[in-house]
Amino acid sequence: MRGGGDMALLIDFGSTYTKLRAVDLDAGALAAAGQGPSTVTTDVTIGLEAAMADLDRHMGGLPDFQYRLASSSAAGGLRMVTVGLVKELTAEAARRAALGAGARLVGSFSYRLTEGDTVAIVDLAPDVLLLSGGTDGGNSEVILYNAARLAESPLACPVIAAGNRNAADDIHAIFGQAGKPILIAGNVMPAFQELDIDPARAAIRQVFIDRIVHAKGIDRAAEMFDAVLMPTPAAVMAGAKLLSEGTQDRPGLGPLAVVDIGGATTDVHSIAGGDPTGEGVVQYGLPEPYEKRTVEGDLGMRHNARCIVETQGADRIAAAAGVTAGAVEDWLLRIEGDVEILPERPEDVAIDAAMARAAVRIAMRRHAGSVRIAHTAAGPVTVQEGKDLTAVAALVGTGGALVHAAAPAGVLAAALGDRSDRTSLRPMNPALFVDEHYLLYAAGLLAEVAPAAAFALAMNGIRAAGGKDERRGTG
Amino acid sequence: MSAQATGPARGRKLITGVIGADTHIVGSRILSMALEEAGFEIVALGAITPAEDFVKAAIETAADGIMVSSLYGQGELDCRGFRDLFIEAGLEDMLIYVGGNLVVGKQDWTDVERRFLEMGFDRAFPPNTRADQVIEVLNADFAVRSAGRRIAE
Repeated sequence: MRGGGDMALLIDFGSTYTKLRAVDLDAGALAAAGQGPSTVTTDVTIGLEAAMADLDRHMGGLPDFQYRLASSSAAGGLRMVTVGLVKELTAEAARRAALGAGARLVGSFSYRLTEGDTVAIVDLAPDVLLLSGGTDGGNSEVILYNAARLAESPLACPVIAAGNRNAADDIHAIFGQAGKPILIAGNVMPAFQELDIDPARAAIRQVFIDRIVHAKGIDRAAEMFDAVLMPTPAAVMAGAKLLSEGTQDRPGLGPLAVVDIGGATTDVHSIAGGDPTGEGVVQYGLPEPYEKRTVEGDLGMRHNARCIVETQGADRIAAAAGVTAGAVEDWLLRIEGDVEILPERPEDVAIDAAMARAAVRIAMRRHAGSVRIAHTAAGPVTVQEGKDLTAVAALVGTGGALVHAAAPAGVLAAALGDRSDRTSLRPMNPALFVDEHYLLYAAGLLAEVAPAAAFALAMNGIRAAGGKDERRGTG
Repeated sequence: MSAQATGPARGRKLITGVIGADTHIVGSRILSMALEEAGFEIVALGAITPAEDFVKAAIETAADGIMVSSLYGQGELDCRGFRDLFIEAGLEDMLIYVGGNLVVGKQDWTDVERRFLEMGFDRAFPPNTRADQVIEVLNADFAVRSAGRRIAE
């Protein structure tokens, strides 16, 4: 075994792998990594034991870990449905709360739930449902109606109500009488155009720890770790926040964005205020959360490979990769035959990289805000919707497709803003980093108990990616 | 002493905002402050507010009335179909006022007022209306609305 210092074990129960990171707390550095299969759907212990054996081999004996903390995205992740009133207001606020809590959003509903909506929600069988609607003192009719529909439906999952506080007692009673689990949290939109998603996020995390970890069978291996603290995307976000803000003693990188390219989705996190940087720009729409996560369910490198190609256009992917459209189709078919496939032939490597660049470009364009010119009697006014990320200091790439890419900087650079398109507020000139050893989630978990070591781990784990010429990838 | 909300008008929730591509925020802001001081609850949407945003805000906040401002002469275009949006949203009984420089050039006010009332506004106010006047009308309208009628005589 290595060193005599205190060690921490950070576990990620993923959908494909059980990943382990052993961290030297004194050095704030990765000591070793281990990996096993994901076996949450059968017996989580099997995969974890395999991963521990792998780690043991790398370390030459396992130390007594001071902390053993886990996150999970296994068994479909934290599957959530959100329900709100107006689509662009409380329904959107609820969506942001769920995504910010690291959930996998499987459905979003607004206004009065119809019979069909209720049936759809029951079919989706979410792990948690977030119910919102009405500002405090505002509309309570619709949230009460929706609460009654849900309470009388066969839906069995815990419900978190984060809507009009004047309706909270009645909602509590409605679910209580139906014998269904209900948790009341602060309103996601307490006043008009005021976003307050932290209480709902905290409630989601509480339900995740108290109930979901057990429901997914992860606690079968409870003796092998101390706690499952949060869904993995929430751990990545916590790592991003730590990198951005630093600790009491060490300054962070400042406002930043993280792109996480996965097999099924591409996530973008931004830790930034996103206020307009231009002069006289008017902000429009619901206020943006400082820590914002968006998930592109159609941009996954393996499970949604065809969708990336269709969104970007097969011809453009082929041109960017320097191959024929037939080669792209051939690679897609092979991915569809085996979603764990890794590219080996040069043309497949090139197509994969072109797909990754497309996914990164589209995901960041959707995450970042935009501006448009409104023509008023007083002259043109620039109206901004969403976050202005043009001035973020850093852009960090993570996820297998990026980390294993031949030229990660080129893939990451696809997220950057483009001077020919001033309407999209993507990062313009950030420092580029790659989370080479997939440590952001580990840093996010470790930040709960040892922030200084966690920050050192995150900083040691990211590698500055590429010089100026490498930064602008083709395609 | 300036006018106060009285009787059923007290504590009513009113949405204010400047409709369309209109940046003239001052009138709406002064009105919002006066109404708030008078004892109304105000949800201020500010300048450059699309018509649909008044409806969305009204739904979430369960507002009792809407105070639309338009200062740049395009009010007639911006306000067309405004009442219909509320009807579509199931808020057909919403009390809706409009005021400001509603049209371009010198036009006979009674004619302008008639056109806006035909569009479905409950009240239209000419330029230079004082906030006190609006508060008195709100008092009268909320008084008769609690008796089941739409607006006061």
